[in-house]
This record gives sequence, structure tokens and C-alpha cells, in this order.
Amino acid sequence: MKLIMERGAPGRHLDLLPPCDVPQVTLSRTRQEPLDLPQVSESELVRHYTELAKQVYGVNDGIYPLGSCTMKYNPKINDEMAALPGFSQVHPLQPEGTVQGCLEVYATAEQLLREVTGMDAVTFQPAAGAHGEFTGLLLIKAYHRSRGDAARVKILVPDSAHGTNPASAVMAGFQVINIPSSPDGCVDVEALKAAVGPDTAGLMLTNPNTLGIFEKHILEITRIVHEAGGLCYYDGANLNAVMGEVRPGDMGFDVIHLNLHKTFSTPHGGGGPGAGAVGCKELLRPYLPGPMVERGEGDLRWAVPEHSIGRVKDFYGNFAVVVRALCYLLTLGREGIPEAARNAVLNANYMMHRLAEKYPVAYAGPCMHEFVLSLQQLKEETGVSAMDIAKGLLDRGIHPPTMYFPLIVHEALMVEPTETEDKETMDRACDIFLELWELAHSDPEALHAAPSTTPVGRLDEVDAARNPVLRYQKP
Amino acid sequence: MNFPAELQYAKSHEWVKKLDDSTVLVGITDYAQKELGDLVFINLPVEGDEVSMGEPLCDVESVKAVSDVMSPVTGRVAEVNEELLDAPQKLNEAPYEAWIAKIEGVSDCEELLDAQAYQEFIQQG
Amino acid sequence: MGSYISNTPEEQREMLSAVGVPDVESLFSHIPQEVRAGELDLPAGLSELEVRRKVTGMAAKNRVYPTVLRGAGAYRHYIPAVVKRLASREEFVTAYTPYQPEISQGLLQSIFEYQTMICALTGMDAANASVYDGGTAAAEGVAMCRERKRTRAFVSACADPQVIQTIRTYCFGAGTQVELIPEREGRTDLEALKGLLDQESACVYLQQPNYYGNMEDAVAAGEIAHAAGAKFIMGVNPIACAMMESPAACGADVAVGEGQPLGLELSWGGPYLGFMATTKAMTRKLPGRIVGQAHDGQGRRGYVLTLTAREQHIRREKASSNICSNEALCAFTVGAYLSAMGPQGLAQVATQCMSKAHYFAGELEKIGLKRVHTGEFFHEFVTTCPRRDEVLQALDGAGILGGLPVEGGLLWCVTEVVSREELDRAVSIIKEVCGA
Repeated sequence: MKLIMERGAPGRHLDLLPPCDVPQVTLSRTRQEPLDLPQVSESELVRHYTELAKQVYGVNDGIYPLGSCTMKYNPKINDEMAALPGFSQVHPLQPEGTVQGCLEVYATAEQLLREVTGMDAVTFQPAAGAHGEFTGLLLIKAYHRSRGDAARVKILVPDSAHGTNPASAVMAGFQVINIPSSPDGCVDVEALKAAVGPDTAGLMLTNPNTLGIFEKHILEITRIVHEAGGLCYYDGANLNAVMGEVRPGDMGFDVIHLNLHKTFSTPHGGGGPGAGAVGCKELLRPYLPGPMVERGEGDLRWAVPEHSIGRVKDFYGNFAVVVRALCYLLTLGREGIPEAARNAVLNANYMMHRLAEKYPVAYAGPCMHEFVLSLQQLKEETGVSAMDIAKGLLDRGIHPPTMYFPLIVHEALMVEPTETEDKETMDRACDIFLELWELAHSDPEALHAAPSTTPVGRLDEVDAARNPVLRYQKP
Repeated sequence: MNFPAELQYAKSHEWVKKLDDSTVLVGITDYAQKELGDLVFINLPVEGDEVSMGEPLCDVESVKAVSDVMSPVTGRVAEVNEELLDAPQKLNEAPYEAWIAKIEGVSDCEELLDAQAYQEFIQQG
Repeated sequence: MGSYISNTPEEQREMLSAVGVPDVESLFSHIPQEVRAGELDLPAGLSELEVRRKVTGMAAKNRVYPTVLRGAGAYRHYIPAVVKRLASREEFVTAYTPYQPEISQGLLQSIFEYQTMICALTGMDAANASVYDGGTAAAEGVAMCRERKRTRAFVSACADPQVIQTIRTYCFGAGTQVELIPEREGRTDLEALKGLLDQESACVYLQQPNYYGNMEDAVAAGEIAHAAGAKFIMGVNPIACAMMESPAACGADVAVGEGQPLGLELSWGGPYLGFMATTKAMTRKLPGRIVGQAHDGQGRRGYVLTLTAREQHIRREKASSNICSNEALCAFTVGAYLSAMGPQGLAQVATQCMSKAHYFAGELEKIGLKRVHTGEFFHEFVTTCPRRDEVLQALDGAGILGGLPVEGGLLWCVTEVVSREELDRAVSIIKEVCGA
């Protein structure tokens, strides 16, 4: 398919602006090279992007069981509310008195999320989950420093953690200590005990973890870290499994991030924008990035926390994303929030139960909102890999699960249906998974060759990386 | 797989070619390149850096993974093979020509195997 | 109450019986009782109509100004209708990161096109698929330039204060030392910079046009940075790029900026988009996702996420950035905007912004509001302003958001959406207050 740069003709354009109504001026030193942007007509432009839109798969298209990504349905009312001119046309540097509605969005969302998480304060400044991790870790760093405890330089991270955890820890200036998992997929408590000490700044934990298992020793884990003088960070990527049922604050966590674009239903936009709200207990509140919304006498206003780590971003975060999450919180409310978690867990267990007929589940027992299959045995027997099964799913109109994660499971497929999928959709997906298992044994070549119905087949990623072509250049 | 007799081998799958008493060339073995798959990039060591036996020398990237290459010797990086920056496939295609670094002032060395012993070591898995 | 759950209670029972448990509670029974929450202290769920009423009510409490003469990092420009329509196409909105390239070609290609357009605008060799915003793009740019023996970053005091703060926060994490290059009469003091740089200097960050709207001597700043062996990072306004010397022409090693002016709504500060572009030599140091061209077995052209071994999901603690989710949909919007504007349209926007700002500055000068700085500016400038608060209040009463209070007066901004009539009206209101 043509690139937009390969369409159009010199001189084609859209008529958008009136002529300049003041005398024209320019700079003394101006751009020398031509500005090589597309030159297309409006109809060409629309057709181009419409054609691109036909080659994208979104939640609107069908089941999207991408583990750890919580691809639930994105309610349309949320988008409509975020687009209200009273939000979308507001300049971020308007006086406080003229943005009371925006401040109320933050104040209300903060209040609701504090209750859902058991935290004492929530900031919406971070723009994504990883950004939230970075922010939360800086809070931990600032806290230890303020106590003159500069020796706490290590962050403990389980080996099943998302890659962002160790990367964020290093960005925040910490050393990473990996904690192995036990055979049951949980944190090895003995290894944790051996790892903590006066150099421990904190522990980062996802619970339920990336295997979809709830860490049953969670209170002991957080106690061990606290007794060693460290703080506990909760990666909220998997909160959808337990929201309204278990609160990170009650599990002993001091600081958390939430992916509003996962648990709280805001659309992923093909990779972003998301929002990574960070919540913390009272002891970390003075270090939060500023400004924070504060209740004044009869109005809402900005205030910068006393020992703020500073800004992590311009302005106040991805506001329009927070509006969507607020709509979702208001819609679900007291009953709906735990109901969503319970159905997410039920749906995952149902799919796991059906797939376990053929596919080995990496860790036995009931799962939470997601589960991990290991295709190692299938690969040894048939040569068909997790990748091959994923590509077979593409040909049958299903978005594949997360592949090759977590790293501690070989040939992993990580499945997370979410609560918004209905039974017949999951049944159809399971039927296809099981059919592919049969196909792997009867005709493995067919799967090695998949996909065949998509606009392109498997692309040569090795060549793409060895000889990178990262932009279009005129022939 | 090919293991030239004139080279020595570390158990971490690097080959070592002695140029003189205290200078060596280091690369990755045929076995290593097969295990790592199609390599797409190498983060070369920095000339002048001190390296220690058993510690990472540099890393190599495939499409989906990054792996450390360990230094089989202790010494100083005298030269690096910059050709590999543009042609990382040489590590796959001709691993014994695709030397990574020349290390001088070698003061310590892993217990190295000859070709036959290395081959046996691999076969034992 | 709504929860968007599809399955009926009957279907849920069927599923429970298939799994072999009596109720959903059994699936939670392995969680220790001590951590189970009771009923949360939350309001009852609302119907869609109730949510609409409540949230519309919040939006109504905000003031939307018909005329905006304030910028300082966020700019009201004209967004063509076609851009808004295309950017709200739900195929793109509801997709995840394109991990499965065969069914994500539309998304991948749109990002490849975006990267191409950012390279065209900046003159650089390679761009990434976006970071969160202009501030984090600058901070990531500084991180790209840090080397083992070069750990000091020099940041112009004339850069946007929020960007400086963001750079500082990131550098607090990484242990990079941040030093401000002092301001002199509204511009970066390049003479002072010469004396500051040494062998430990990693980079120089310069904003063009700077926070006060003034044009900097970027070429000279780049030469000074390079003479000391440091990298040169330019934070640029993308609209101004249609008119001014490109970052590449100024010798930049890294060009970054806030992409909001390119078709994104003000939205009270976000979501916006940080664009980042660099030289061929530094391409692999770019953080975040990058889309590259590839071919399938039949030789068909396609696009994939490439150079991924730089990123956190593979490199983990050795990654130079932790970014995962970015601002893909905003990048998509910017691509559509730049395609709609084309070279001619974008140049027109730049010319109108600059011309109207100069017209307004001239009219303000006539009534006694003098520019605080001399020399060239683009579409923002600082004037003195006696009775500042009264002026802003009077403008406010007429539906005009006046300049941003800064040291020495007001920081004004004029874009192409403001007409001469509106400017004249603002001038007459100010004149009345100041009694000139």
C-alpha cells in the first residue's frame, strides 16, 4: 500500500486559512531546505487513512486477550465526555478560577481511586505506567534521602516482573536485585529474606503477578521489606483482577501506579496515550510531584507538596484520559467495580479450563484475571512454536495473547480475556485454539506458513533491524 | 559446527586467538552464534577500557534478545572491530573472522579449552 | 449501575459449573482473608445519562475563552475538520501497541509516515514513535547524550521552566548534574556558556524560539557545544520549523519538542506528544518505539517495530529508558495534520503566527506596552504592563485570555486563529485600562 508521501502531486493542498490580515513578516535567517511534506487533496487524505484503518485490529474488532494489557471494551460515553469543549478547549495556564471543572475532575477521580486502592493521595501527572513507576521510585528515593539514609540503593524485583520495573529502577538511580520465583510461581520468600538489608530501598511487586497468581504470602512479603527499612511498590498493571476485592494499601504497599488505560477502560490508541496515576501513603505525600489539587475555602486550587521531587512532565498529566477514567469509575461505582474484577477472574478461569483440555498451563490451580500456557512441549513434539500458534490465530480473526512473556516460562502464551467478553466469543476463541493444537500435529507446515490471509505475511525483522529504514526517502 | 584447531575456547563460548604473549583477539564461537540466532547489532566495548576475566565484555542483540559476551581474559581493550557495527551478520556468517576486540596487557586468563575439549564440553550440554 | 459485563447471571452460572466451582467467591478463596476488602466507601454506580449530566456539569464550570493570547508551551491553532475526524476513527483508537505486525499495518505505516514527517520538519535522520510530551522529550534527549565520562548537562535558563523542571527530575534519578546557562536580556548567554563547558559536559540544551519567544543564535550555540565535545540538543517549536533554520542546519545532534501545536487540542495540558529526532550516528540511542520498513517472504513491503533490543521489555535493567506506552494516537494525529497542511499550509501558519504577533506587538507599543527584549521573535514576546492584573481582568471580561504573567510583564502569544479585529479589540481594552 502506498505511503502518503507516494500519493498526491506538487501543488495539491487543502484550503484552510483566510489570507493574512496583517502585514507579513519573516525571520532574517530562514529555512534553507525545502519542507518535504505530503501534498495531497482532502479526499485523497481521507481515503489514505481510511485504507490504513482497514489494516488495524482494535477492541472494536473482536476479542483481544493480550495478557497483562487488559484490553477491555472502551465505553463510548467516556470519549464523548473527554471531547466536551469545556475540557478540550481549556488552556492549561488559565487562572485557577476558570478551571474549577478540570480541578474537580482530578479531585473526584483522586477521591475515588484513593478508596479503590487504600492510598492517601493520588497524582495524575505521570503519562503512562512506566512513567508512574519512575515517579513512584523517585518518591522512595526522596524519602530515604530525607532521612539521611543514602545507603538504600537497591530495588528488589521478582524475575517474573514486567521489563519496565527494572528499567524504571535504573532510571531512578537504583541497582536492581532480581528475586527468583518459587516452583509455585510466587516470590521465593526465603530468597527475599536473604536479599533484604540496610541497602534495600524497596521492593516492586505486581499482585496478582504476571503469571496470574495471587501472592498468598503478600503480608509476610511486605512485612519483611518494611522490617528491613525498605518500602513496597505496587505495580498496578494487574489491578483489574482484584479491584474492589483487595486493596494494595491493605496489602502493605506504600506507593502504587495504576494504568488507567488498562483497568479503567480508557482506549490504548495504538500504544498510547495512557495515564499512570500514582498513589501513595501519607509518608510519601510530601514528595509527590507538584502541583496537586487541594480544597480551599469553597474552591479548588493548586498546591505544591512541601518536599516535591519536582515535575515529571509538563502541565498536569494526560487530562483527557483521566476524564474517561472518571466516567468509568462513576458508571461502575461501589457495586460495579468489584463486579468487573469478579467477572474478569471468572472469564479467565473459564478460558483456562477449556484450553487446559489440550494446552499445558504453566502453573496449576485457579488463576486470577489471566493465565499462562507453555507450548514448550508442543514445540518439541511438532516444531510448532508459540509464535506459530499466534500467527494461526491471526488467520482466524483472533488477536493473539501476549507471546514469550513472562520470561520464566518457555514458549509462553499469556491469556487475559477481561470481563467484557461474552461466553460465545470466548467459546469461539477456545474452539480455534484447540483446532490449532490439532493442526500443529496434523499439518505443522501450515502453521509455520501462517498467516496467509493478512495484508502481509511474516515480515523479515532480522533484515529490518540489520539494515534499518526508518523513514521514507524519495527514490 | 566448526572449531578451528589453532584457537582456544572459553566455556562461556568465546574463542581466543593469541597474537603474542600478552595480546589476544576475542570473538564468539560457531556454537554461540547458532544459539544466539540471527544477530542484528553489537554494542562494542570501548577502546582503552579495562576488562576482567568472567565479566561482560560487550553485548550482542538479536531481534528479541540481548546477550552478554563475557571476557575470557583480564586486560585492556586495544582495538575493536568497527566493521561489525555495519555488518553484524558477520558474527553469524564467519564467526572466526569476526573478531570483536583485541585485548592487550593480558594478565589473567580463564582456563581455556582446545578445539577438541570444547567440542566435548558442548556435547555434554 | 453499568459495568459493561456481557454475560448474564445464567451464563456466569454455566461457566462456573464448567470450571467446577460453586461460585465466583471460590476463585478468590486462596487470597488471605486479612487483605480482603469489605464494601468500599464509593458512590453507587450511575446510568449513562447520569454520568453525562454529572460530567457535563463539571465541564460547564470551566471557562472557554473565545480569544486566546496565551501560549507558553500550549498553543491554540486551527485544527482542520478532516484531522479531527480521522483521529477519532476507532480502529486506531481501540488498538493496542502493534505487537502483531501482520494485522497492524495501518497503525505501523501511520507511525512510519509520522517519523518521516518529523525528519522532514527537523532535517534529522531518524525519529522515534513519540514520547509523552515536550518536557519528557527534552529529558530523554539529555539522557541520550550522557556518557560514562560526560555527566553534566547544560540547560538554557531561557527554556520553558516546566521543561527545565522535568529535565531536573529525570537527572535527579540518573545522577546527571544539571547546570543552567544564564539568561542575558531574554536570550541564552553564549559567552557564559563558553566558560562553563568542560570535558565532563555531556550536552547543551537550547530552546528555539525560547520561552520568551525570542530567536536564539542556535548555530553559535551548537558550535560552542561541539568545540567542547558536548552534544547539542535543540528543543524546537514545530510550527516555527516551517520558517526557521532547521535543527539539522543548526548542527543539532538531537531535536526534540512539543507536538501539541500540530493538530492536538489544548485539553488542559494533555495528552500531548513529545517528538524526538536525531542523527544517523545516534539513532540507536533513541528511546521508545521505532517503526522500520520490512518485507515479507513474497517481497511485499510492510512495517514492524524495529531495533527493539534497545527497549525495556528486552534489555530490562540495562535499558536506557523505561518507556513503554507512548502517545501513538497523538503521533497519528500529527501525521494527519502535517499531511493536511502540506508544505504550503504549514508555512502559511508559521507566517501568519509571526506576522500577527508582530502586528500586535507594534500596536501594544503604540499604547505604551514596550517589548522587554530586543531582537527577533517568532509568535511570542514579553511586554511591560502597568496595572497587569486589571488589564488581564478587563480582557477576561471581554472573553480574551491575556498574556501569561512573567517577570517583567506579560508573555503574549498570537497564532493564526486570532484575527486582526480581535487584536485591535484587545489593544483598545488595554488602552482603556492603562489610560494611555
